[in-house]
Order: sequence, then C-alpha cells, then structure tokens
Amino acid sequence: MSENDILLMENISKSFPGVKALSDVNLTVRKGTIHALMGENGAGKSTLMKILDGIYTPDSGQITFQGQPVTIDTTHTALKLGISMIHQELSPIPYMTVAENIFLGREPLGRFGLIDKRKLNANTKALLNRLEISINSTSPMKDLSVANTQMVEIAKAISYDSSLIIMDEPTSAITEREVAHLFSMIRSLKGKGVTVIYITHKMDEVFQIADDITVLRDGKHVATVPATQTNKVRLITMMVGRELTELFPKEVAPIGEVVLSVRNLTRKGIVEDVSFDLRRGEILGIAGLMGAGRTTVIESIFGVHKIDAGEIIIKGKKTQINSPADAIKNGLALLTEDRKLTGIMGVLPVGDNMMIASLPSYEKRGFLDGRLIEATYKQEKSRLDIKSPNMHQLIKLLSGGNQQKVLVSRWLLTAPDILILDEPTRGIDVGTKAEIHKLMSKLAQEGKAIIMISSELPEILGMSDRILVMHEGRVGGIFERRDATQESIMQAATGHGLDAQVRREEVTS
Amino acid sequence: MSSTTTPQVLDKTFNREWLNAFVRKYAIVLIFIAMFLAMTFLTDAFLQPRNLVNVFRQISVVGLIAIGVTMVIITTGIDLSSGSVLALAAVFAASLGQQPDWHDAKYPGLVVPVIVPIVAALAIGLLCGAINGGLIAKFKIPPFIATLGMMTVARGFALIYSNRPVSGLTDTYNFIGQGEILKVIPIPGQPPLGIPIPVIILAVVAIGAHILLNNTRFGRHIYAIGGNEQAALISGLNVGRIKIGVYTIAGLLAGLAGLVLSSRIGSGQAGLAVGYELDAIASAVIGGTSLSGGIGTIWGTIIGALIIGVLNNGLDLLNVSAYWQTIVKGSIIVIAVIIDERKNR
Repeated sequence: MSENDILLMENISKSFPGVKALSDVNLTVRKGTIHALMGENGAGKSTLMKILDGIYTPDSGQITFQGQPVTIDTTHTALKLGISMIHQELSPIPYMTVAENIFLGREPLGRFGLIDKRKLNANTKALLNRLEISINSTSPMKDLSVANTQMVEIAKAISYDSSLIIMDEPTSAITEREVAHLFSMIRSLKGKGVTVIYITHKMDEVFQIADDITVLRDGKHVATVPATQTNKVRLITMMVGRELTELFPKEVAPIGEVVLSVRNLTRKGIVEDVSFDLRRGEILGIAGLMGAGRTTVIESIFGVHKIDAGEIIIKGKKTQINSPADAIKNGLALLTEDRKLTGIMGVLPVGDNMMIASLPSYEKRGFLDGRLIEATYKQEKSRLDIKSPNMHQLIKLLSGGNQQKVLVSRWLLTAPDILILDEPTRGIDVGTKAEIHKLMSKLAQEGKAIIMISSELPEILGMSDRILVMHEGRVGGIFERRDATQESIMQAATGHGLDAQVRREEVTS
Repeated sequence: MSSTTTPQVLDKTFNREWLNAFVRKYAIVLIFIAMFLAMTFLTDAFLQPRNLVNVFRQISVVGLIAIGVTMVIITTGIDLSSGSVLALAAVFAASLGQQPDWHDAKYPGLVVPVIVPIVAALAIGLLCGAINGGLIAKFKIPPFIATLGMMTVARGFALIYSNRPVSGLTDTYNFIGQGEILKVIPIPGQPPLGIPIPVIILAVVAIGAHILLNNTRFGRHIYAIGGNEQAALISGLNVGRIKIGVYTIAGLLAGLAGLVLSSRIGSGQAGLAVGYELDAIASAVIGGTSLSGGIGTIWGTIIGALIIGVLNNGLDLLNVSAYWQTIVKGSIIVIAVIIDERKNR
C-alpha cells in the first residue's frame, strides 16, 4: 500500500447460500480520487461495497483503511472510521422530516436531553445551503419527489464529513439537471480531499467524472485502469468478456405460429411503448440492466399491474387481463423473480406450494382427493428430481434450487401454453441451473412458448431464439439468435446500440 | 468393547431426538395432560363425570367463536368483534324466542317456530362478518381496525335493540342451550348423563371446520393467503373473495354462539360475552395458530380452549379468588405460547 492509497481491500471473498458472490477480489483506491466501480448485474459491486460499509461480513480477506488494518462489522464502525454510503435502494422514514432523517441517531440535544429542534433545523439548513440543494428542512420525506429523496440521501452521506463516500448508482432516480448538480458536488468534495467510490452502469457518467475505473465480473476483479487510458468499447468488453460454456443447451425446436402479441404496452413512467411477438416453441430472452422495466413488462402482461395503454393479443384474440387469475385462465404462467417475496409460501408444506395454482384439478364432488394429490406430488417429484422427504415437509426447509423446482412444478401443473420465467436460475446451484435449462428446451420442443428474463448474458445468449433488450423502459433492440453478441446486447442495454462514435471506435480498435 | 457401546450411544441419541421432536410437536397436548392430571390430584371433584361434562359445556361458546377466529388468524387477520356480534345475535334471536304471553315480551303475542330465531341469529352473524370482510378486502382497512369498529357498533346496536335482558324464552328455544341427548355417560348409583347439545354443536362445527380447512380448495386457499398473500395472488387466487368468505364464516359462528349462549342462560342480554373475543384469540394462539399467518389447526384451538376451560374450572374448585384466576390465566397463556414458539427454532 502506497502513501497515496486510502483503501486497500485484499482477497475479499463472500458466499451466499447457493452463490459465490465474490472470490478473492482486490481493490485499491487512491486518496482524493473518484473511483468508478463497474460491472454487469450480479458482478458483485454492491456486495463488495456493502462489505466495506459493514453490512456484510466477508468470509475471508483483509481491509486496510488509511494505513490501518480494520475490521468493519457494522455500519456504525464504518461511519466512525470515516466511511459513509449512499445506497441504491432509498430508505427514507416517510413521516419524519428531512432534518430528522438526515440527523437520525445524532440529533443535537438541548436541556434535559431533549432534542434541540431549532438547532437540528438550523444545521440541516446550513448543510443544504452549502450543497446548494433547495429542499425545505421541515418537509416530511413522504412529500418529496424520488429525485429529492435521493438528494437528501446524498446530503446525509456528506454530512458525516467522511473521508470516503460510496455512491451506489446515485443517478438511477434523478434527472439530468440534478446529475450535473451531483457531479459538481462530487468535484467539490474531491477538491476538499474526500475520496469517492462511484458505482454505475452508465458509460457517459464514468468518463465525465471518474479518475480510475475498476471492473468486476462474476465476483472477480478484472482490471483497474485510469479513465484516460480506456474507452467505452473496451470497458464493455471487460464487463461481459466471458466464454460461453456448455451450460446452456437450447436444442432445436420447431417454431410455430404467434401465440402472444404485445402491442404498445405502456405503464407510465416505467414502461413505454413495448411491442413484441412470441411464437410456439420459441424462447424469447429479455435482457437489460436493473431498473430497465423488464419485470414490469411481464408483470403487466400477467395482470399484476394495470397498464395505461397497449394491447395483449393471445392466439389472435385481443384479451383483457385484469388479474393473475385472468392470465392463468388464458394459458399464461409466471415464475416470479423473487422466490421468497412472491414465490414460496414458506410455512406451508411442499405439497400445498406445488398445487396451489391448480387445486381445482384435484377436486372430486367439492372435496380435494388426497390420493390424487399424493400421486401428483410423486409424479412431479420424480419428473423434476425434487429432493424432499415427503409432501408434508415445509418448503422453507428445502434448498433454493429445490424450492425453485417446486415453483416450476406449480406452474407446469396449470398446463400453460405461455411460460414466463423471471430470472429462473438466480441464486441456485449450477447443477439445478443446468436441469432448469434442459427442462426449458424440452418444454419448447413440446410446443410451449417461453419468455425468459435474465441478467446473465451467457444465459440469455445460450437459451434464447430471439433476444429483446430493454433500455430505460423501452425496447432497445430485438436480436435474432445468430446476430446477438454480448457486446451488441450490452450496447443496446446501455443505450449505445446506435451510437456511431462507439461503432467507429470498435472498427479502429 | 467399543463395538458394543457404539450402537447403544447411537440408539440413545436417536431416541432423544425422536423424543425431542415428539415433545416439540405435541407440546400443547402435553401441557393439557399435565394440567388435567394436576387438577385430578389436587381436587376430588375435578374428575367427576358431571364436572367434566360441565367443562365441555363451558368451553362450547368460546370454542365456537375460536374456530372462526382461527381461520381469520390463519389469513394473518384478526377478529375483535366476535363477542359483540354474539351479543347482538343473542338479543335479536331471544326477542323472537320469547313466550307470546311473557309480561315483558318484545313482540307480545308473536308465535313463530323456533327455526325463526335460529335463522335470525345466524343471519345477524353472517351480515356482520360479511361487512368485516368487505371493509378489509374492498376498502383495504387493516383487520384490527375494521373489526374494532364492528366490535363497538354491534355492541351499540345490541344496547339500542334492548337495554334490558330479553327473558321468558320458550322451552324449545332453551332446549338448544340446556338440553341433553344420548344419555350414555355412566355415573355410579345414578341414571346416566347425557351429552349437552352445545357440546354436540361444537363437535359438529369443529369437525366441519377441520374438513373445510384440510380437504377443500377454499381451506387450502386460506392457508396460502396466510403463507404468502402476494404469491397467492400471483397463483391466481381471488384473495379478496376468500377473505370475505373467512370473515363471514367467523361472523356466522359468532351468531351461532349467540344463539347457544342466550338459550343456555335463558335470556338474551346486550352485555353478554364481553371479552370473549380475547379468550377466543387466546385459545387459537395457545393451540399453535401463528399470528403471522399460514399456521393453525382446529384441533389445536379446541385444545387451547380446553386448557383455558380446565384452568377456570380447576381454580374454581380450588377456591382460588377470581382476581388470582385472571393473573394465573394470563401467565399460562404467555407461558404456553413461549413453549410453543420454541418449536419453531
């Protein structure tokens, strides 16, 4: 570690159940610089920074901060060391004021240990003035726009007078004008010797503001380079440059007629004017960065959200879908993205979880037929190779991969024509992942139409017949399998698909 | 030597694990048996057939509403209105079950078959329950608030309808709460005892509710909503309609309990059953129903009601003052739930 370095993270590894999020990552940050941290979804950027902020404890590795080896086990410790973080997910306390939110836990006290509200508001006003943010310090947070909420979070992180500030995609919710403002704040922080680690997907921002750039991929450190010595194309290559493995065996399936057409689907502010077709036997991959609106598109088709405009045509018939129940009646099935939040019913047995969407098929004279249910369970258990002692086992006691298989079975039992899978292999082990891919191929061959959202480009490229790329709520491009490359998809996803500048650089480099 | 001891050690750990699992699963039943034995040894009167029949009779009213409340809690809801709905149904049904020549008759000269007050009690309960369900499912009001409102409103209506006890009920009406059938319980030196009708009603309702919860689509949907409402919605369940159904059943059972209680004491009163909703919730929770939803059984709730019933009865027999009884009861409820919680660790 040289004199000029403020932070050294060495050999950091971190695993979550079923996934290795970081393996032996090294990161060196020079004092007083703006250091961009880049990578695809799931590359490990946020995990690495949450370790630095004391939210996660690393499985192994050392952190040296300002020349001292440190153990950061809580956010409190991080703050005491002079490290503060702006999170990607905002967490305001809605019914408390801006001032109360900023100084939460360190409110100025007056006589009798009571909160000195006058001082609290004065301090907040001074802070906001200094940062040239025009927000009333006594407004409740719930009245603020998302952009202003983000600005308050930024002000809060700065108010700790930290020597290192981590910003996790701070511009995902703010407008261009505010981005310019934020950048001037960051530059003035830099002028005062503060170091900033800046996580982003956005190429333009990186070259505007960063001194150094570190790229992570699949939980590993790829490279750290000065911003002046690289360009967009090289960065994209570093971010995606993976070998395609044999893990994704999409086999040839006869592609038939169009079974689902989506026309001009719009959900204001999130999804604009999305249109596509889906054919029998086809797997349509949907790629895009986090927050590009992929999940909202398919949840709107499935009747989870109301749509503001657009048409859904199923097998040539214009169809009104107002609820998931309507969607299921029309032959749709949706395996949701968040297994825990919207998938499993944790305290219920495997049997209930498997059959909840298809219960009417096991009824005889108004009562459920226990023998038929048992037989169905056994058939599904062997078909999907589900590891569970019996159907009465609580599903929360199964591994993530087996939980996912139960949920896949839940939907297959509804006998759908159109299967929508949102991140079907997220957070599950490699073996189960391969099994799910094989199953998808088989279902396509049986004539089912499949939509698969995935944040893993190799999975998208390996499994899809066609790939729809979303960028900021719109269709950024639709690629045939033979035309799609990691680079072309990444460019469409970051909004550089039609950027002539990038193309020229690509040719010359 | 080691070759002979190793299997024994294994055997022992296996047995201990099995025992632990058994104790964890049936903790509540074991608590009940322990209390039952304790009362048997501490008092002479407890084990008398007549006394045991009494215990069952006493729990029948709370047991009925506890069954409805159990279903509600499984959906992660709560029903605070059952005691008040019970009272409203009781005064209304009783007013239709008075002797026509009773000096204080609400409707002098009215002669109707006993089915009329029965249907009236059930209809009142059903209506109140449906309103609870509608408020919760359609207007998205938290169950605590919706049923708290109903608790106050139903009690108010009961008082407006009759601020004096509605007495002088017909014998047929009173037979519902006081009658006995199937004289099969032997008592040495006396004619055999019958089974009280309220106990039979409770048994029939409990068995019906158990089948509903375990063997019908509606029942499994109730658990699914409690297990994960969002997932239930995505799985195509009509969550709103199911919730309305559950609260309606709970209301219906409160109405039925009103009929049973008024006929047992021979009068309908607006001040009946204050606090019963809390005993019903306690029965469900002692019986293993989880306030976070998705978990609960009818037989557990019945055991929970029996624990409270045996406790009340035993402490009476032991001449413990009523004030102390409430303290003991409260402590037992909390201890039972602590023991039950441990099984989820």
